[in-house]
Amino acid sequence: MIDPIFLAEAAVNGILLGGVLALLALGLNLIFGVLDIVWIAYVDLVMLSMYLVYFLVMVYGWPIWLGALAGVGLGVVLGVLVHVLIITPILDSPPINQLLATGGLLFFIQSFATFLWTTDHRSVRLTLPIIEVGGMFLSFARLVAFGLAILAMVGLYLFLTRTYIGTAIRAVSQDRGAMALMGADPQRVYIVTSAVGGAMAGVAAALLSIQYSVHPHFGAAFGPITFMICVLGGLGNMVGAFIAAFIMSEIISVGGVLWSTEMGYVIAFALFIVMMFARPGGILARRQ
Amino acid sequence: MLALHEVTAGYGHFTALWAVSLRVERGEAVAVVGPNGAGKTTLLRVISGVIAPRTGTLAFESTPLTGRPPHEVVARGIAHVPEGRRLFPALTVAENLRMGAFLPAARRTFAETLERVHALFPVLAERRQQRAGSLSGGEQQMLAIGRALMSRPKLILFDEPSMGLAPVMVLRLFDLIRKIREEGYTILIVEQNVRQVLKLVDRAYLLEVGRIRMEGRADELSEQDFVRKAYVGL
Repeated sequence: MIDPIFLAEAAVNGILLGGVLALLALGLNLIFGVLDIVWIAYVDLVMLSMYLVYFLVMVYGWPIWLGALAGVGLGVVLGVLVHVLIITPILDSPPINQLLATGGLLFFIQSFATFLWTTDHRSVRLTLPIIEVGGMFLSFARLVAFGLAILAMVGLYLFLTRTYIGTAIRAVSQDRGAMALMGADPQRVYIVTSAVGGAMAGVAAALLSIQYSVHPHFGAAFGPITFMICVLGGLGNMVGAFIAAFIMSEIISVGGVLWSTEMGYVIAFALFIVMMFARPGGILARRQ
Repeated sequence: MLALHEVTAGYGHFTALWAVSLRVERGEAVAVVGPNGAGKTTLLRVISGVIAPRTGTLAFESTPLTGRPPHEVVARGIAHVPEGRRLFPALTVAENLRMGAFLPAARRTFAETLERVHALFPVLAERRQQRAGSLSGGEQQMLAIGRALMSRPKLILFDEPSMGLAPVMVLRLFDLIRKIREEGYTILIVEQNVRQVLKLVDRAYLLEVGRIRMEGRADELSEQDFVRKAYVGL
């Protein structure tokens, strides 16, 4: 029998992991909601920002907070570049072409990263303590990452509800054409959306780089789970994605303690497949 | 104020408008009536820039408007209340109105315009925190009109505002449009409800299969045998 304290620790760790996963899922979902395109290479942009944080902090000796800010900045730049260079020309193409184009970008980034930086795992070495709370041992890095992820999501929420352009982003996801009749240039709304989505990727990169090492296949580790969360929450549904992130991270974390980390993923993906039959529109979709 | 000169437009291989010329003077209310599929909606979509004309020109306040995208047309002072209302259903009433004032110039006068819209449609003030999708058909149409007013337009295009409304609501709606008219807005309205709309406007055009068949003063047009038999149902 497993000591209940381990289960409790796993449950808390699940919540902490869920924060960062939710951030990734919201960024991806935001872009999908507005542009109807899934950025297959989204987590590979995260990987590029993680490399930047790594090099700035470990090679050039920048303080971690400054390196993290630079990582967010790169996320914004990458978001805009992907939109202008790859998405804009194929905006009206069939969905399969859009998937192939952003999927192609994934392989391009992966291969190019391998070419430039080899397959070495690199990590930002910070000496962050382990904290004991009521018999549970929790990583301080994870707590910080969770706190900042929540903060970033609150910021995103305020941006989407309190500003003209943020509200316009939500409006465009409901009716593209009508928002142009309100005087909004659709191209401008798309660019801002991609920049904000990129910023979320950059924040996630900064938060992941204090917990995980970066390597060219980092996207393969976090990409599939991010898509799964988005689909489980209902593509484009921000609240659904937020909830789904915590469901998935709990399964992975608690399943990992009960059996093994791999088994945690097996259960998570199995549940995902079952849910696709039971609720194909996502957990919050209304039943027909 | 608005002048279309021999505008031809359509979708793909289909031509919906054939050399349509039309004028709206400042302060005027003009209707375009005609059967389903006559090209009425296409006409409004050409004016607001949703589709570009193939040939012909458009001018607004003596400056060319031909081929300008919708967001520039709105900035010039033309608001479009589209067919089927096209509200943002998951946004609240207040947010929908805020989006109507998206233009920088409209944002500056937001509070004042909102007060006027609320005075015109008190129900929108009552329901401001409700989602637009949860409103009744009549309330949704009021919100669509209120949203258009938020951009502080000079000319308002109405596309079938009475569509899908209960007869009582249709009468109320035409009263409200009359009120808007009296506030000094210039109006171009497309309607199938010919009898009601001819009571509201100064002049009307009759559009049939993409061509202007007739034009004239509203009272004269409603006396024409042809219009009476075909559209007014008298």
